[in-house]
Formats: sequence, C-alpha cells, structure tokens
Amino acid sequence: MTALLYILLAIVVAVAIWQVTSILNFKSVIATEKDNNTQGILFAVFGVFFYGLMIFSFVKYSIILLPDSASVEGESYDTLYMVTMVLILVVQAITQFLLFYFAFKYRGIKDRKALFYADSHKLELIWTVVPAVVLAGLVLYGLSVWVDVMDPSDAENPLIVEVYAKQFSWEARYAGEDNELGLANVRNIKGINTMGVDMSDKNALDDIPVRELRLPKGRKVIFKFRSQDVLHSAYMPHFRAQMNCVPGMVTQFAFTPSLTTEEMRLNDKTIAKVDGINKIRAEKGEDTYEFDYLLLCNKICGSSHYNMQMKIIVEEEEDFNAWIKNQKTMAQVVQ
Amino acid sequence: MSDHHHKETYITKYVFSTDHKMIAKQYLVTGIFMGVIGVFMSMLFRLQIAWPDRSFTIIEAFLGNHQDGGVMSPDIYLALVTIHGTIMVFFVLTAGLSGTFSNLLIPLQIGARDMASGFLNMVSYWLFFLSSVIMVISLFVEAGPASAGWTIYPPLSALPQAIPGSGMGMTLWLVSMAIFIASSLMGALNYIVTVLNLRTVGMKMTRLPLTIWAFFVTAIIGVVSFPVLLSAALLLIFDRSFGTSFFLSDIFIQGEVLHYQGGSPVLFEHLFWFLGHPEVYIVILPAMGIVSEIIACNSRKPIFGYRAMIGSIIAIAFLSTIVWGHHMFVSGMNPFLGSVFTFTTLLIAIPSAVKAFNWITTMWKGNIQMNTAMLFSIGFVSTFISGGLTGLVLGDSALDINVHDTYFVVAHFHLVMGVSAIYGMFAGVYHWFPKLFGRMMNKTLGYWHFWITVVAAYGVFFPMHFVGLAGLPRRYYANTAFPLFDDVADVNIVITMFAILGGAAQIIFLANFFISIYKGKKATQNPWKSNTLEWTTPVEHVHGNWPGEIPAVHRWAYDYSKPGHEEDYVLQTTPLKEGEEES
Repeated sequence: MTALLYILLAIVVAVAIWQVTSILNFKSVIATEKDNNTQGILFAVFGVFFYGLMIFSFVKYSIILLPDSASVEGESYDTLYMVTMVLILVVQAITQFLLFYFAFKYRGIKDRKALFYADSHKLELIWTVVPAVVLAGLVLYGLSVWVDVMDPSDAENPLIVEVYAKQFSWEARYAGEDNELGLANVRNIKGINTMGVDMSDKNALDDIPVRELRLPKGRKVIFKFRSQDVLHSAYMPHFRAQMNCVPGMVTQFAFTPSLTTEEMRLNDKTIAKVDGINKIRAEKGEDTYEFDYLLLCNKICGSSHYNMQMKIIVEEEEDFNAWIKNQKTMAQVVQ
Repeated sequence: MSDHHHKETYITKYVFSTDHKMIAKQYLVTGIFMGVIGVFMSMLFRLQIAWPDRSFTIIEAFLGNHQDGGVMSPDIYLALVTIHGTIMVFFVLTAGLSGTFSNLLIPLQIGARDMASGFLNMVSYWLFFLSSVIMVISLFVEAGPASAGWTIYPPLSALPQAIPGSGMGMTLWLVSMAIFIASSLMGALNYIVTVLNLRTVGMKMTRLPLTIWAFFVTAIIGVVSFPVLLSAALLLIFDRSFGTSFFLSDIFIQGEVLHYQGGSPVLFEHLFWFLGHPEVYIVILPAMGIVSEIIACNSRKPIFGYRAMIGSIIAIAFLSTIVWGHHMFVSGMNPFLGSVFTFTTLLIAIPSAVKAFNWITTMWKGNIQMNTAMLFSIGFVSTFISGGLTGLVLGDSALDINVHDTYFVVAHFHLVMGVSAIYGMFAGVYHWFPKLFGRMMNKTLGYWHFWITVVAAYGVFFPMHFVGLAGLPRRYYANTAFPLFDDVADVNIVITMFAILGGAAQIIFLANFFISIYKGKKATQNPWKSNTLEWTTPVEHVHGNWPGEIPAVHRWAYDYSKPGHEEDYVLQTTPLKEGEEES
C-alpha cells in the first residue's frame, strides 16, 4: 500500500513540476552568446572540481587501499600496477585538461567563424603510433608478469593445497606426506568426507582436511580449486591472487607467501589501515579488529555470497610444519 | 511505401505503425520507461549498500515479502542488481538508444523514405515491447526475479536450489531475452539493408554522417554476436528444463548429487561473452556516432579526421569480436588464451584513443555553441576517457587478477559504457527532439539536468575505484561480515548520496521531455544549423519523409565554417560551387 502512496507522491511532484515549469519560459531553447559564455565558464569551473575530486579521492581514500603485497609474485604485480597507474593518470590529466580548456576557450562568440580544419595526417599518425608503441610496451611487460604468475611449473618442492568451495563456506585439503592430492568427486561425498575424497585412491589416505588455511612463508604454494555446487571465486587480495572455482573441473593458482601474518600486522600501511578501522569500530562500540589474511568469495554464488570467507595464517616454515604434523589425515578422519 | 495516400487509422498511425519515425518514438518512450525502473532499482540497492542495517519505508513499500521491517533480503538484493544490469544494458542502452536513433536517423540521414522493410521494423519493435513486458512481469514472481547477476552464469542460474530467483524468475528472464534477441536481429538486418541499398543519389558511403556509420557497424556486430547469446540461452533452457548437461557437471547441492555430468560452466562464459563483449560496443558505438555529429555541428567545425573516425569504428567493431576472453582471465581458462586476449584487448585502446583525440581536436579553434546536446557530448568524451583508461588495468590479464569482480570493475564499466552511453542518449534526445516531436526542449532545464548529472556521476564512480582497490568484491549484500571493509562504509555512503542526487536529477529530464512534447516551442526546420539531410524534411512528420522528390547529395556532412561560404554551414544538398573542392 505504501508503494501506492509513493507512486501517488511521485505523481503529485510531477504535476507540481509541470505547473512550475509551465510558468517557466519554455520558449528559450537554443544557446545564445550569453549561454555559451556561462556554460564555457562552467566547464572551466567543472574542470577544477574534477581535478579537485581526483586529488581529494587520492588523499582521502589512499588509506583504505590494500597494503603491500604479501606474496613474492604480488610484488611484480604491484610494480606493474604502479607503472600502469602513472601512465593512466598522466594521460587522464592531459586529455581532460584539453577537453575542458577547449570547451572554455572556444565558447561561441557571435560572428566568429570556426577554423575549417578537417584533417592532418601528421597529427593522426602521431596519435596512432604513440599509443601503439606505449601499449606494445605495456602488453609485453604485462604478459611477462602474467606468465610468471600463471606458470608455477619450475617451482622447487611446492606445497600442494586443495581449496574447496561450497555454498557458503570453504574447506581445504593438504596433499600430505606424498605431496600428491588423492582423487575426489562430489559423488563420493558421505558423512564426514565432505569434499568427496576418493578413499580407494592411495594418494588420498595421507591427505589432510582442514577448516583453516595455514601457509608457510617462503615456499611456493600451488592451489588446486574445486567447487561442489555453483561457481565461486577464491579471492586472496593481500596476495594478489584470484581464481574461479568451477564445478566439474580443477583450476589452479600459485604464489609464494612473503610476509607472515605477524609481519604483516607490523607493516606501516597495515597499521594505518587497522587504526582507521578501529577508530570507526570504537565509535560504533564494536570490539577491536586485528589484521588477518582472508580468502573470500568473489563470484556471485547465492544468498550468503557476502559472507563466505576463511581465515589464512602465514607463518614461518617450522611453525607450519609443526602445526601440520598434528593434523589428522583423511585415513584417520574417515576411520 | 507504394501508396502515400492510404488512410491511416489511429491504430496504424500510433500503435502498429510501420513509419520509422513513429517506431523510433515508441522505442524511445519504452526505453525511458524501462530506464526509470532500472535507475530506481539502483537507488534501492545503493541504500542497502550504504546503510545495511537501517530500515527504509521505501524498501518496505516496494519490496513486499522480500524485505523484513524495511531491510531487504540478500536474495532480492542480488535480484535488484541483476535486473538493473539487464534492463540498463539491453532494454535502455541497446533498444532504447540504438533502436531509437537508428530508426529515426538512418532513413532521414541517408535520404530514404523509410526502412527497407517497414513491416519487419514494426515486428521488431513489438517483439521488444513483448520482451519488456515479460521482463517486468518477472519482477512479480513469487520467488523473485532472476538473481544470478546479469551474466547469468550457470550453475547458479540453472538451479533453483542454489538461489530462489533461478526458478520461474530465470525462466521468464530467458524467454524475455530470447524474444529481445529476435527483435534486435530484425532491427539490425533492416538497418544494414537500408544503409546499403536505400541511399539517395550522391550519398556515397564516404559522404555518410558518422552517426550512420556507427549505426551500420553496430548492426553488423549485433547480427554477428547476438545469435550466439541466443544459442547460449537455448542451451541453458535445455539444461534447466530437459536434463541436458551442456554447462553442468559434478554438482552436489542440498545434500544430494545431481545427475549432470560432462558439461562446463566455462563454455557458457565463452558463449555469453562472445556476445557480452561486443554488446558493450553495440551500446557505445551509436553513442559515439551521435556525439561525433553533435560535436562537429556545435563546434561549427568539420569532424576532425573523418576517414580515421570511420576506420576506427570498423577497427573497434572487428576487435570487439575477438576480445571476449578478457572477462575470463581467472575463469580457469588456459592462461595462454589469457595472453592472446590481453593482446587483442589492449589493441582496442588504439582506435579508441584516435577517436578521443579527434573529438578534442574537433573542438579546438571551434566556435562552440553550448546547447544541451553539446554539453552531454563533452561529458561523454570525459567519461569515455576516464572509464576507458582503467581498461588498461582490467584488460591486462596480470593486473586483472586482483581487481577482477571488485568495485573497480563496476566503476570502470559504468563510466566507459554506462554513463557515457547514457550521455550519448541524452545528447541525441536533446539534439533530435525537434525531429522526433516537432518541438524543442527547454535549455535551462537541460543545463540543470546536465550539471547535476555530471557532478553526481563522477561523485559516484570516481570514489568507487578506491572501494574496488580496497579489495571489496561486487555483488556483496553487505560488507558487515568483514571488519577489513569497515573503512569502506563511509565511502559507500558518499557514493549513495551522489547516486540519489543523480537519480533525482533525471526527474528534471523527464519533466522537460514530457512537457516539451506538448508545450515546447515549435521547432524551425533546421534549428541547429546542421548540414545533414534530416533537417531538409518538413517539421511536421509526413509518411515518406520528403513531400516531393528525395533531394540529391553533393558533399559530405561536415562542411561547417567552410571558407567561401556565407553561412557557417553548408547543407549536403548544396551543389559544389565552381572550383570548390570536396573535403
């Protein structure tokens, strides 16, 4: 019923506007010299607002950005990102300036004739070739990073971990002593075997199922992703890592953690960000937040998509080894 | 068109009309109606994002059993973003923009009496109307409308167990889209045939206004890519209703294993984006055409680099069909393919850059007439650059990894194709309103509309990049589950406030539009002193466009401020003077 009220209200507002505007002079329709002048100046003013908004956003919102990369691969990501961003901002600053400046400078004046200037091969050659060269550089640089990140085949003794997605939680499975994951299929899901591990596969017996992801610092981790129901995406923003989890197939991503959780908590940018968050939380009377790495779902997957997460802990390799020794293997769990 | 004097009834004139001008108006009004729904939805979910715990009577009023005490449910949130995307991309920016202006301008600017097939054109509109009706009906389905995102990736879109919107809501979505695609194909074929065959004497392809080039090439992209979406939709219908496994395999949901085996959701993604990416050019190219025309006319200068502009339209169109994989860098697709798609994607930046530079150069040393259409065209160039540049981040497979599906993407595509295309549409409406309705729109309201919109749009989408760079995924019902994102909440409030401001500004446009239809100042024949053919037709619509012979064309469309002519414009129908060279 209230919807009807809103619609009625909208109609009333519309009628009111109708009435007001019919008093307005509907006869003024084409820009006059005066309009050209005012609007031209407004473009100059808007240009100032535009740069103001950009600068303001960078100053004010830098604090909310992700802290430094916590993986080795992420460092080259960050460098590539910085290079691209600088390029973008330079081009943005120049072209937007020209646009608003021309709008202001060449605002129409009566009896002035515009310059008849239809073509210039030289100019067009410049702004075809220059972007082409710059982009070629960017593509080559980007692809070299891409290949490094996506091809972990030369890694020595990588840790193999399966990350398993379902509505709306994550599980994980370490490959165990043999560092080889046992086969799995959703058709094997039964009772405590929630990831459908194939217990007839001997590689599966020493696999270690966990609900909390721990990673050793300095060792390459190769993730194998699976999903049991719909598409999910395993997003680990602090490591600059993301891969979709696709039902019916296994996908892969790899990185080498470079900062333990403890080290990341002491990073300047993290401290500033966490302080900011805690100030907001204190105002709302919520408890203090402590930084942790996260795995979150980044592909729409249903009602609780917004709360599908798992904590990640990065620790020194010996701590990690001690921890994993104490975890039960699949064989022990299923018994 | 054989009989110009046949008697028109109310029905044949206003409802089942075969006149391209009437059909253009039908597309426009339907598009505006759908646009109001789509924008209103965005207001609702922006309220949710900014104040997730707060109760709103407006949410209580409109969302019925999908809310609890004025707070929307997670499912309806996803439905709102899904339908918002669907409506804005397809119903407003494809049908509303291309449908309106291709229909209006192709016959008028090439010198034809109507479309090649008026009947097909009429069927095209009415199929679009039918698909709009079905889409609107789907909003009232018990379990809610489709809510798997506008990209409707299976399995989420295939399984009602996975999300309630994938029941009847998704069925209607698919039916609506199938009809929409049929409509769009009929329209596109008509545009292509008309441009190729019905140009008046002297209207060489290299004398066509850039609007026509844009519409023509857009129609070709549509014919190439829309059928692939249709096939994807049909296969999905099969998976949903007849037990096939094109896109599904190995699924365990709600305690049971489903029978599907051997299909792949990645296949769907390929099929979807084979249309989905060209689709953004289907949206933006007509806007580019419109803006090229308006910038030249209002700068009183020829468009700079006319042939380069045509070349870049064609280059963009070609490249647009081989870049779809950049939506799938982290889909599990072979990383080598990622490399290929990075290469083709970044290539698109070259013709795009050429266009942007050419528009700016067109304004240089112009005598710019600040009509509302011109303001929106300048706005278009600005948002196209701002949004296009971040494409360098997203199109680069390596960089895409960490911003994929975050708000950075949302900010990028809203600026480069959403806001830009809407600006192009507004520019077109303000500029050709006299051709549509024989009257003019009010300029003061136009100025207010523009300035509020332009400030609000940047206020919404500029800060949104930072939200994405903070790592916040899109399509989150609330950020409250992550203390990590607590500091993003304030930014989201700012964004929502600008969004409401921008949404409210559209009321000014609606008022101006509808009042001007009835009370606007009567238009003169060529109010903007433009060169193109449509301004040689009488103000009052006549069936067949020109009462007498169709005029012949003697020059290109951009002889503005040409030396040796008294006026600062020269109609295309003016013969070359002795010794005058064609530009």
